[in-house]
Amino acid sequence: MGLQAVFFYLFAFVAVASAFMVISARNPVHSVLFLILTFFNSAGLFLLTGAEFLAMILLVVYVGAVAVLFLFVVMMLDVDFTQLRSGVLEYAPIGALVGLILAAELIIVLGGATFAPEIAGSGAMAIPPLTERQNTQALGDVLYTDFIYFFQIAGLILLVAMIGAIVLTLRQRDNVKRQDIAAQVARGPANSIEVVKVKPGQGV
Amino acid sequence: MMDGFFATYAWPALIILGQSLLLLVALLVFIAYVLYADRKIWAAVQMRRGPNVVGPWGLLQSFADLLKFVLKEPVIPSGANKGIFLLAPLVSVTLALAAWAVIPINENWAIASINVGILYVFAISSLEVYGVIMGGWASNSKYPFLGALRSAAQMVSYEVSIGFVIVTVLLCVGSLSLTDIVLSQRDGLGTMVGLPNSFLDWHWLALFPMFIIFFISALAETNRPPFDLPEAESELVAGFMVEYGSTPYMMFMLGEYAAIVLMCALTTILFLGGWLPPVDFWLISWVPGVVWFVLKMCMVFFMFAMVKAFVPRYRYDQLMRLGWKVFLPISLAMVVITAFVLKLTGWSA
Repeated sequence: MGLQAVFFYLFAFVAVASAFMVISARNPVHSVLFLILTFFNSAGLFLLTGAEFLAMILLVVYVGAVAVLFLFVVMMLDVDFTQLRSGVLEYAPIGALVGLILAAELIIVLGGATFAPEIAGSGAMAIPPLTERQNTQALGDVLYTDFIYFFQIAGLILLVAMIGAIVLTLRQRDNVKRQDIAAQVARGPANSIEVVKVKPGQGV
Repeated sequence: MMDGFFATYAWPALIILGQSLLLLVALLVFIAYVLYADRKIWAAVQMRRGPNVVGPWGLLQSFADLLKFVLKEPVIPSGANKGIFLLAPLVSVTLALAAWAVIPINENWAIASINVGILYVFAISSLEVYGVIMGGWASNSKYPFLGALRSAAQMVSYEVSIGFVIVTVLLCVGSLSLTDIVLSQRDGLGTMVGLPNSFLDWHWLALFPMFIIFFISALAETNRPPFDLPEAESELVAGFMVEYGSTPYMMFMLGEYAAIVLMCALTTILFLGGWLPPVDFWLISWVPGVVWFVLKMCMVFFMFAMVKAFVPRYRYDQLMRLGWKVFLPISLAMVVITAFVLKLTGWSA
């Protein structure tokens, strides 16, 4: 108990409340802004558990980049809000089902050790205490030393996905004038200026 | 029980509050004079006098401007989204000031010395785009919206190269703490060839290409000329700030300059040795570290101001090309090269 608990309930309450606002806000831009608030409070919760690296990465990646793109797209699209919201009650049972499955899985993962004590030891490797090892170094060890091949394969899969997305959307359009910086820089007086001697009264 | 509460929570909280207030006041006064210096340098380059009426040599100009903005009537456009319209300048100024909590201006002179300091600053500076986007969208008008879209793309693009530059520095340092980054610059290239501790040890020399990329990316990240496309007055009137006036406008300006000063501080910490004296000579080492820190920040800001004065504004597609096709490959290659050099020579800590 103490200050830590106060902050935990503060962050947790704001996170849950703003997560609720994400799905109930009328305006999609407000939804994205509430989503950002949710991320922020999740980062606060990470900080409380001592995972400061994850907290900062959550801010940099999700809030600083992904949510900006969300906001970008939501602002640009001219969405008809009333039409979008008319089907909410229709899909509510499916949403509730997905939520229930997720909740059940979380309970199994987190509470599994209580039901079956023998699996408690088989989970993750021992975590070094925070005073001994910062979690930036611990994460670095796991990603780049212990499981480097899996990490590289994951990177390759992402690269393939990225190239696939680019290939699918790439269009070669004709009749588009593009700036060729190298050609502009390489251009000199020899191949761009012609000096013409014009005789008076005759013209070029 | 009560004694314990005071000893563990109340006193530290009061001390931190006092330190934060002190830092904020010092920072705001510094920003007021940075604004004045910006206008004076800009004027000098164009052979004008600049602000010279309020106070001796116009020294009180920024404070007169403050009074003027505060006393004016705030106008909120009728079609604007009122809440977000007023939230946007607050977000931009709060974030720009919040990052200062971890900046060490001398050894152990940071309000919060956290061990992921550089990530915190990077995270906060990547959030600064929200002030601009929210302001541009909430104004419900064409020019601010275009400005907001431009800034969203611009700031996200240049964050990538700033991130890689920071990674290169971190490779050389081996720690994410800002204090460690400065302290690791005590010894470097200069001491390697047998010279005493001097300014040649700092990262600017060893990582010179990254220093340049960081400086230019910092200009783009803070929407400074020549990359001030979100508020390009020749195309977008004043960009995302068109509908703003009085105090909200002032807060945007304050946020912008606080972000600029933050970038100056970050350049000082990453590349110019923070509070370390330039040469290890008794008279110079005796000068307190804060003085060096502020002097270096002023020097970086002078470069910011000079760039504003004599570089013409980029075209938007050129800006994007520079970010994605020039800076990103160079900084990515430098990360790999630095890592290889450190590994093969065994210089890394």
